[in-house]
Amino acid sequence: MMAVKGIIKTGEYYDSVSLMLVARALTEMEGVEDATVVMGTAENKQILAASDMLLDMFKDATDTDLLIVGKAGDKAKVDEVIVKAEELLIESKQKKSVSGEHMPKSIEGALDQDPDSTVLIISVAGRYAGDVAMEGLKKGLHVMLFSDNISIEKEKELKEYGRDKGLLVMGPDCGTAIINGAPLCFANVVKRGNIGIVAASGTGLQEVSCIIGNQGAGISQAIGTGGRDVKSDIGGIMFIEGIKALEADETTDVIVLVSKPPAPDVLQKVANVVKDLKKPVVAILIGGDPEVMNAAGATVAKDLEQAGLIAVALSRGESSEGVPASLEARKEEIIKQAAEEAAKMKEGQKYLRGLFSGGTLCDETQLMFKEDIGPVYSPAPIDPAFKLDDIWKSKENTVVDLGEDEFTVGRPHPMIDFLLRKKRIVEEGKDPETAVILLDVVLGYGSNMEPGQELGPAIKEAKEIAAAAGRHLSVVASITGTYKDPQNREKVQKELEEAGAIVMPTNAAASLLTVEIIKILGGK
Amino acid sequence: MILNGLFEKEFKAINIGLVSFKEALHDAEYKCIQVDWSPPAGGDTDVLAALNALSGL
Repeated sequence: MMAVKGIIKTGEYYDSVSLMLVARALTEMEGVEDATVVMGTAENKQILAASDMLLDMFKDATDTDLLIVGKAGDKAKVDEVIVKAEELLIESKQKKSVSGEHMPKSIEGALDQDPDSTVLIISVAGRYAGDVAMEGLKKGLHVMLFSDNISIEKEKELKEYGRDKGLLVMGPDCGTAIINGAPLCFANVVKRGNIGIVAASGTGLQEVSCIIGNQGAGISQAIGTGGRDVKSDIGGIMFIEGIKALEADETTDVIVLVSKPPAPDVLQKVANVVKDLKKPVVAILIGGDPEVMNAAGATVAKDLEQAGLIAVALSRGESSEGVPASLEARKEEIIKQAAEEAAKMKEGQKYLRGLFSGGTLCDETQLMFKEDIGPVYSPAPIDPAFKLDDIWKSKENTVVDLGEDEFTVGRPHPMIDFLLRKKRIVEEGKDPETAVILLDVVLGYGSNMEPGQELGPAIKEAKEIAAAAGRHLSVVASITGTYKDPQNREKVQKELEEAGAIVMPTNAAASLLTVEIIKILGGK
Repeated sequence: MILNGLFEKEFKAINIGLVSFKEALHDAEYKCIQVDWSPPAGGDTDVLAALNALSGL
């Protein structure tokens, strides 16, 4: 009979990622059926109930109670799980405090320790994060809010307060920023330079800053605002403050604006600010109407790669006119490569399956397909008629962003945890209609340290399954990362290529190759 | 002075939440203080709202 055992540790708080890593290690123990380590929040108790692990003793637990539960074939094994859990938790606490480093209990305590602190980074649960942010602002700190699940009213209150006090409020749901060279949260290692970025899109910011870095240019500041900033409710408060700050910043010579489509009223507001700027502005507003920004004097790019390359040319005092021509020349090469791939495919293979970890990259691909082939199915499609009925099952041309909330309940983001993506790669490989699996691999701080080793075996397995049925499966990947990132772009590329993937320099290039393959195969 | 001089001052952060964000900054040789945070008032949101009202947040 299956043995189940749980314990409660009252008043012990751990962040969700630390706990997920502990739980993962426990479930990987031999002979363990299941194991979970969570704080006793209402949501977590629901998740426990769903997997039949909500013990009676857990029912009255609160947010500050740590719940540990293990399920295994015998009692000795579950006892072992609990002991191991406690060991791992102690390890994780020790990791938090580097040898003797003092850890204050509050923002006030941290400011006593260093009164010159400038930025407060917040990644606690959304229901607390708003108040923590306001506390920081009131103490004169700029705020980077990685947390999501903060109400729009709270976001507006924070941003209006920040604007009035000359303080940045980056987020909520801001995944990345670079301030004075410092990489915040999910940022890449890019040298300092004269290009400033304001972005209402986390992976958009990463992709553009990496393209700039890989061209040998650099970033002065990269300010994230969180995606909702450019919606009507917030009105672009921090997007506009960010632009003004870069215009005034002496180290910034070129300003790049990155966003998913802003609300029309916000776009107009931003354009009104842009038209009075003295510095050149490059805009990539994915899926947005280019005319408004054009009229304001900005150079409008058609994808993230073009935006990065134009910014680099302008930052060197060169004309940006050569950029579209050089991309056109590369397109010819890509078309040839597509023909070679398509020629190896078997009858019936005709569709794209895009499995993304970056939302903006997923949108960029959708848009390129829409322009050239037609809309694609997705849980979040550009064309509402193409909403995927079952997010776990692809249909014709499909792209999914595995970082969407519906995929991340109870598990880390797909840039950290590749489990879902690996399973899905193999599933798509089994489908006789799959021609191309398209992947983004996002490097940088915070992301998985071995993406090549994680994805490689799944890519290989999918290709082998297809080959056994007489099919040639193309796996096309792009890498968002620099050669200085902790994962080492070169090494990751090599590992992916060894597994059989075609690695393209950017998501735009990878999507173009995919579009051209699918075009030849008639998959629309 | 733009943004209270943020771009001119040395970057120094305070981190509340995921320790990996502090570690990344330390790896890149930037200063960052980790706060040993836990939910206020034992996570009880009603008590929290009352405390916030009292402290004027």
